[in-house]
Amino acid sequence: MKRAHGFYSVPYVLWLALFVIAPLVLIVYQSFFNISGQFTFDNYKLYLSSGTYLRMTLNSVWYALLITALTLLISYPTAYWLSQTKHKQLWLLLIILPTWINLLLKAYAFIGIFSQGGSVNRFLQFFGFGAHQLLFTNTSFILVAAYIEIPFMILPIFNAIDELKPSLLNASKDLGATNWQTFSKVVFPLTLDGVKAGVQAVFIPSLSLFMLTRLIGGNKVITLGTAIEEHFLVTQNWGMGSTIGVVLIIAMIAIMFLTGERKKRGR
Amino acid sequence: MAEPIITFQHVYKRYDDTVALGDIDFELEQGKFYTLLGPSGCGKTTILRILAGFTEASEGKVTFKGQQINRVPANQRQINTVFQDYALFPHLNVFDNVAFGLTLKRTPKKDIKRRVLEALKSVRLAGYEDREISELSGGQQQRVAIARAIVNEPQVLLLDEPLSALDAKLRTAMQVELRQLQRRLGITFLFVTHDQGEALAMSDEIFVMSDGKILQQGSPVDIYDEPINHFVADFIGESNIVKGRMVADYQVQFVGKQFECSDAGIPAHEPIEVVLRPEDLVLTDVAKGKLTVVVDTQVFRGNLYEILSHDADGNQWLIHAVHKAKVGQEVGIYFEPEDIHVMRFGESEEEFDARLEQYEGDD
Repeated sequence: MKRAHGFYSVPYVLWLALFVIAPLVLIVYQSFFNISGQFTFDNYKLYLSSGTYLRMTLNSVWYALLITALTLLISYPTAYWLSQTKHKQLWLLLIILPTWINLLLKAYAFIGIFSQGGSVNRFLQFFGFGAHQLLFTNTSFILVAAYIEIPFMILPIFNAIDELKPSLLNASKDLGATNWQTFSKVVFPLTLDGVKAGVQAVFIPSLSLFMLTRLIGGNKVITLGTAIEEHFLVTQNWGMGSTIGVVLIIAMIAIMFLTGERKKRGR
Repeated sequence: MAEPIITFQHVYKRYDDTVALGDIDFELEQGKFYTLLGPSGCGKTTILRILAGFTEASEGKVTFKGQQINRVPANQRQINTVFQDYALFPHLNVFDNVAFGLTLKRTPKKDIKRRVLEALKSVRLAGYEDREISELSGGQQQRVAIARAIVNEPQVLLLDEPLSALDAKLRTAMQVELRQLQRRLGITFLFVTHDQGEALAMSDEIFVMSDGKILQQGSPVDIYDEPINHFVADFIGESNIVKGRMVADYQVQFVGKQFECSDAGIPAHEPIEVVLRPEDLVLTDVAKGKLTVVVDTQVFRGNLYEILSHDADGNQWLIHAVHKAKVGQEVGIYFEPEDIHVMRFGESEEEFDARLEQYEGDD
């Protein structure tokens, strides 16, 4: 049995080695070389001493936080409502459906929707509010990013709520809890793992969004993702790009550690 | 009679086009152990859910200490429930589970601690307060669920098949414990089960249910000895049921013979059914027996032999015998007149009680 198991894991191990482990090693390796190919720690020194990079990092974290908070705010009630409806699977499919469409296509669609002559502005004009600059604002960037991430937040939360035994809710009420107390003392703590999984699935990718910052945000928000792209494709400073990449990876590990499963507290 | 703590008055419960409960009418007295007994889907759990406040009666009146409570939400009733799956909160440890209700009521911390430890002690779980729920066995979780309910000092405790997940030995032990606990606390218990042995062992009063109706109410002995109809006789314990005919008072005819019995008040020649419990049938010689049967199968059950036999008319007879018989052997069956329980077709509980009272007065 053991040997058979080992055999079946070969494709994935190969995949992992080629496309996950090797790139990681390469990024760490690259981050120790400057633009002329000499070994150096300067990239890290620069990153830590330059106000620009630190501001970018803060920017990334701040916007990722905003996006995550917004998606969570929308997703939790949605997931709760979803778990109570009759046609769960159909609704779930409708929510997942947009994730099958290419990210760029969705971004371009929003350019059309938010543009000066787009449907939102025409709608506003129709009601006499006049046209507004919607595209290339921070708000539109956050809105579109949240739109794209919402399914990844809803799914884990929905699963957690759906697994809740109805008798637990009855037990809570039976013991005298109001609806709000039932939610705060039973439902939320028991679905917290779903929330954590959702936060991971949204916050981490949000740290390195770069297409949306350009297409929707109009490059006003420079995140770490944008910086990496610029370094690799424009300034060709692979070393610096890799350094930022390493910082991102460390940030991801930190988030996973913070939101991950921990030992239950003892008393 | 003391004022009933709970009454159901003509309660109906309908789901879309199915009727879960039809005209349920009963009273519960303070401090007694009641059991709702019936097969799954008979509506017993629905009664419990209506009492707990998880669902509302479609029609009729539910009262608690004289007050109508149909629309009182579950969290405002002085009634607590022990759930079939225990419904313990997995994110809280034993102490916090038991303290849940008291914490909500903003009871002082000191009192909470004292009462929780007391409740745990009364279910023999002292020293378990720091355990996680996942560390407990099924029987221990069961006790935590009971402690969590009784710590709130409810007036009525509802128990929804709480023993069904336990193994046979533990179940018997818990039956005794629950009964003792109920006596000690003096709380009214309403216990739901499909296990007739459990019901007979624990209850002061049993309600036998089928298809959303209460068929018979009475003490375990009453229900066992005087089943009102075929269903109750068959559901409570094992029984031999044959068709017969009333000849006169205290005279009944079945399997082509006439027997002395202890039933009266039934018109002569009325078709009836007769119940004979397998443990009331005694194996004897053909000559001494009131019936003659041929043994078909015999199973050793440890404390008795379960013998399946048939008479000349093809009726099957189940006998619980202390001594062995031989398969294929012709044996006699002996029974006393009071072992014959006569059941009329379609007799309601009121009619049955009235008749019983009438002729028992004659003695």
